[in-house]
Amino acid sequence: MVIASAFPPALPLAPALPGLGGGSSLAVVSPGLDLESSFSSLLEGLGLTPAVAHLVWLPLPMLLVLVAAVVGVLVTVWLERKISAAVQQRIGPEYAGALGVLQPLADGLKLLFKEDIIPARADGLLFTLGPILVVVPVILSWLVVPFGQNLLISNVGVGIFLWIALSSIQPIGLLMSGYASNNKYSLLGGLRAAAQSISYEIPLALAVLAVVMMSNSLSTVDIVNQQTGAGILSWNIWRQPVGFLIFWICALAECERLPFDLPEAEEELVAGYQTEYAGMKFALFYLGSYINLVLSALLVSVLYLGGWGFPVPVEWLAGALGQSVDAPVVQVITGSLGIVMTVLKAYLLVFFAILLRWSVPRVRIDQLLNLGWKFLLPIALVNLLVTAALKLAFPGVFGG
Amino acid sequence: MSIADSTQFLCFLALSAAVLLGALGVVLLPNIVYSAFLLGGVFLAVAGLYLLLNASFVAAAQMMIYVGAVNVLILFAIMLVNKKETLAAIPGLALRRILSGAVCAGLLGLLLRVDFTTPWALPGPASVGEGATIRIGEHLFSDYLLPFELASVLLLMAMIGAIVLARRDVFSSDVITGEGVDQGLIEKTRTPLLLEKNLQTQPVLEKTP
Repeated sequence: MVIASAFPPALPLAPALPGLGGGSSLAVVSPGLDLESSFSSLLEGLGLTPAVAHLVWLPLPMLLVLVAAVVGVLVTVWLERKISAAVQQRIGPEYAGALGVLQPLADGLKLLFKEDIIPARADGLLFTLGPILVVVPVILSWLVVPFGQNLLISNVGVGIFLWIALSSIQPIGLLMSGYASNNKYSLLGGLRAAAQSISYEIPLALAVLAVVMMSNSLSTVDIVNQQTGAGILSWNIWRQPVGFLIFWICALAECERLPFDLPEAEEELVAGYQTEYAGMKFALFYLGSYINLVLSALLVSVLYLGGWGFPVPVEWLAGALGQSVDAPVVQVITGSLGIVMTVLKAYLLVFFAILLRWSVPRVRIDQLLNLGWKFLLPIALVNLLVTAALKLAFPGVFGG
Repeated sequence: MSIADSTQFLCFLALSAAVLLGALGVVLLPNIVYSAFLLGGVFLAVAGLYLLLNASFVAAAQMMIYVGAVNVLILFAIMLVNKKETLAAIPGLALRRILSGAVCAGLLGLLLRVDFTTPWALPGPASVGEGATIRIGEHLFSDYLLPFELASVLLLMAMIGAIVLARRDVFSSDVITGEGVDQGLIEKTRTPLLLEKNLQTQPVLEKTP
């Protein structure tokens, strides 16, 4: 995670439990909970210099986000199995833990212990590098996902743009693994994945651009802050309904979820670029696709569903209960509520994605490209134009 | 030297080494696929250098345009025409290599001379940091408007060229060579097989009692 440490104004406040910084964190509450300063002062009390304390602090939020991403994947895999089973009137995993919650863990362990096979005629170096290039940008993108006012690894100024840029690295990894497998199905799958990813990135970026235009900032924190004020009514989904649909369709296509899972269409391409992979390398692809799904859902909730905002403004609730918003206890409750709301919205969208998987058939490759280039792209352009016009006409509502 | 400075220095060393070695690899490796992937690595390392200079917008743009678009396009082109064929031996290959090496070395010498004779203002102006996005936008729509628009005209020309190349069926003869178009390449309108079949021999499903 070079990027995180390279940005000088890093505000590394991870979605940590409020208890991490101890009781002293409640003393510094002016802009929100400042876990870093309390952690640093704790270490400086033990006789470390501020620089060393900062160095000890730096990896903590990153590790926490990494763990959160992996746990999020485990939950998603379990949900996928259970919801798929419910859709098809089966029971699904049942015996591994209560309601089968340990099933994803068992899957992961199985993949971990499987033999790591590199086919004899494959290109060993590229074959190994491919899955890594697929996973790393996805995990790096968690850098900009906010769970609260200060609860993100780094409030990078280019925020959402960084995510778009990072997600454009992924097709190279897919092409690499498709090519290195030395298998026609793999190569076709890799080419399809890259083509799909490039085609849908453009309408996706245009949909994001409309939101960015309304909030006058690329930073994810600013985008969420622009949606606060009137609770559920001020969320972007009411101002950008078309953009929301475009973004969600494109995000599904970027994640290669059904109905857009052409790169690994099992009836046509065996398993696409994953065909020759086994063991942990396959697990990296699997992990990457699910982390990407959760990440996309999180970003939809940030861009269109008010991020960490509660449907009723927290200030009103605190006022109704006769509490000050700046009181330490209220701040802790608000922070936890923010994390819960972000995750809840994201998992609602994940639920929809899983439901979609069993409701709609897969599109053909020509339909996929037609939809992307001839339908979504013009609609996204018109949406951008209309947003710009509305912003000029009603600066109060559409961000002046 | 503080920890931040030394980290920055180490990052700079690693990124510079990646750029130099990667660029040499792009030129010298015989396998064109490796060259293309290494080119992506070089672009990424350059983006890292921009990041070290506090130009995060430029870094992200570099990543998106050069890695995400240009390099993927190059890879696509290589993989779509990846024919295994032995190329005919080029006469005087050694001489050609020596000549091109000499030209490149001369260019490098020229650049180095410019580098060492220019009075650089060190340390340069303070970095704009996060405000760079706004500054770039202002410049693009004021004093750099003409180059910006000309670049888009260039892209439009490339797009029209691509359409002409891809849709040869519109023309009866090739626009470039003047020969008749290979009729096998033209997409023929044909009746969908399955629908026809269903109309003619629709199997009547007997309802099982």
